[in-house]
Amino acid sequence: MKAFTVHRGVTAPIMQDNIDTDQLIPSREMKRVSKSGLGAGLFAGWRYRYDGSQKIGPADEFVLNQPAYRDASILLSGRNFGCGSSREHAVWALTDFGIRAIIAEGFGAIFRMNCGRNGLLAIDLPADQITALQRFCEADPQTHRLTIDLKNNRVEAGDQHSFAFSIDEADRHMLLNGLDFIDFSLQFRDDIDRFAEAYRHQHSWAVLPATPVDD
Amino acid sequence: MPQTLFDKIWDRHVVRNLDDGSSLVYVDRVFLHERTGGVALTSLAESGRKVRNPAQVFATMDHILDTYPGRGDATEVPGGEAFITTMRETAREAGITLFDINDPRHGITHLISAEQAITLPGLVVVCPDSHTCTLGALGAIGWGIGTSNCEHAMATETLRARKPLQLVVEFNGELANGVTAKDMILYLIGKYSASGAANHAMEFRGPAISALEMEARFTLCNMAVEFSAFTGLIAPDDKTVSYLAGKPYAPAGARWDEAVQNWRELKSDDDAVFDKVLAVDVSDVPPTVTWGISPQHAVAVTAGTPELESADTSEQRAELTQAMDYMGLKPGQPLIGLPIDGAFIGSCTNARLSDLRSAAAVLKGRKVADGIRAICTPASAQVKKAAEDEGLDQVFTASGFEWREPGCSLCFNAGGEGFGPEERVVSSTNRNFRGRQGPRTRTHLASPASVAAAAVAGCIADVRQYQEAAT
Repeated sequence: MKAFTVHRGVTAPIMQDNIDTDQLIPSREMKRVSKSGLGAGLFAGWRYRYDGSQKIGPADEFVLNQPAYRDASILLSGRNFGCGSSREHAVWALTDFGIRAIIAEGFGAIFRMNCGRNGLLAIDLPADQITALQRFCEADPQTHRLTIDLKNNRVEAGDQHSFAFSIDEADRHMLLNGLDFIDFSLQFRDDIDRFAEAYRHQHSWAVLPATPVDD
Repeated sequence: MPQTLFDKIWDRHVVRNLDDGSSLVYVDRVFLHERTGGVALTSLAESGRKVRNPAQVFATMDHILDTYPGRGDATEVPGGEAFITTMRETAREAGITLFDINDPRHGITHLISAEQAITLPGLVVVCPDSHTCTLGALGAIGWGIGTSNCEHAMATETLRARKPLQLVVEFNGELANGVTAKDMILYLIGKYSASGAANHAMEFRGPAISALEMEARFTLCNMAVEFSAFTGLIAPDDKTVSYLAGKPYAPAGARWDEAVQNWRELKSDDDAVFDKVLAVDVSDVPPTVTWGISPQHAVAVTAGTPELESADTSEQRAELTQAMDYMGLKPGQPLIGLPIDGAFIGSCTNARLSDLRSAAAVLKGRKVADGIRAICTPASAQVKKAAEDEGLDQVFTASGFEWREPGCSLCFNAGGEGFGPEERVVSSTNRNFRGRQGPRTRTHLASPASVAAAAVAGCIADVRQYQEAAT
């Protein structure tokens, strides 16, 4: 996983509550049995103009199509970002597009975990601080870049704002060090083996036979 | 120390509590589907890892496959067939059990997992699908996850997570006629918002929960994720035990007795403390329908869209306006009488036998209004067969509904079959998100009987008028 320490980038505000993962990437944009190449489907319903269900070009008014925000790597949003479907494609589409962090007033539980698994930083801030960051960025998106410092858990908006944030310590450790989360857990392989053996003894009713049942 | 139901299940699965505040939690069952199962198994193999315990991993086809009669691997979803064939090949290579298309046990994952008793009370079951919380109705932790965590679960038999906060919703009183578990959960979300249970695992309890049959409990727990809950669950009782008895993967003989004894302990202690408590008198719950683009836009069917003055802030007004623009509605507009283009009964939320019976009771002797595309997709092959055995398929087709093969179907549009731009659809599904059922399609969520009533009326309708007239 790509490590995240300090990142400075253009920040695009998409100030809506409850942006669900169907908006982040509609199911019809998940075209291949693959984790890659999904950036083109990011916000597909909003980013393109359509004739019926055919794409006919970019929707110029959408924030990520505006020249000032085209190279955005941070998003600002409202409450409950990434709610809905568990599709990790939403995170893969964001990272493929170049997004490194999202600052919002809460996240969908599955989406938040998916972010942590892919080096995408999900930061919770209260509404008033997000509004302050939005005003700062919108004043001049290309020069008013936000700096996110995961080492010190701070979001900096030039010399105008500096907000502390907290994230799950487990996620933070993985992100700072760019660790593979499966390898991390496999260091406890012996604990898992011991637990599984005791569990199977104690709750034998819960254990399936080694060979699948066949009707 | 007193414990909640969630505490009891979580604690018996903790392999190790880590210094960073997270826990390694043992996983009893993993269920895959073709949308992400092939990706997860391929990625696992590419990283040189193996499925640690193939006996606990299951797979089916539900997300991508077509639901037309006679369907096979070929699908209208562009590139869709590769998802199906990859799922089949990777499942075979990994040595896991696959409920393939046309297997009599086939259906939507959460249906099979319950029908086969793959999920049991007290277990931790994971699936790369957000509606895995459905299985909380059995008194299990049903945990929806992404693909990466799914790989983690298969490689390690665990997930690593921080224990969530806990919420209990007490449902008191008795449901009025025409009101269902679907209306209960829509009402709850409408009242407390789509993020009302954020960061919390949620238990449902109270007399109105005890009174619900198992199928209704699945519907209730299914939409816990639309309330932003970590999961939703209900303590097992006699109904749960009867439901599971004799099912294919349920323990048998002495192990069954041991299991039932164990499940009797699975309830929150009387003095257990929750981080948050909500109470709902279900006699206040009306037949409910959504008007907007989030499940929180839920109101009594007899009401209308909100007035903009009801919003506290300019941001909230902007959100309401945006939702109404998308839905082609105006502030204060009544919902009853709103013309529709489509009616859909299906999905892991509301396409079980009791759902189809309630819809058929409305449809019997009536016709779907002219110009309405009405589709019913039973959620599993078992549901479909049981419905056909009692002639429900005849009621649906005689009324003008299409009768389909099981699958997720039109709950969402994967690029194949869908509803059209700006078409208005009343749907027994779980999400009215923008574009969910087709590009720019307008979805109104409701109970299956309410969908049937709307199909007959050709517009959003009060289901009670159709039920009373029928008796």
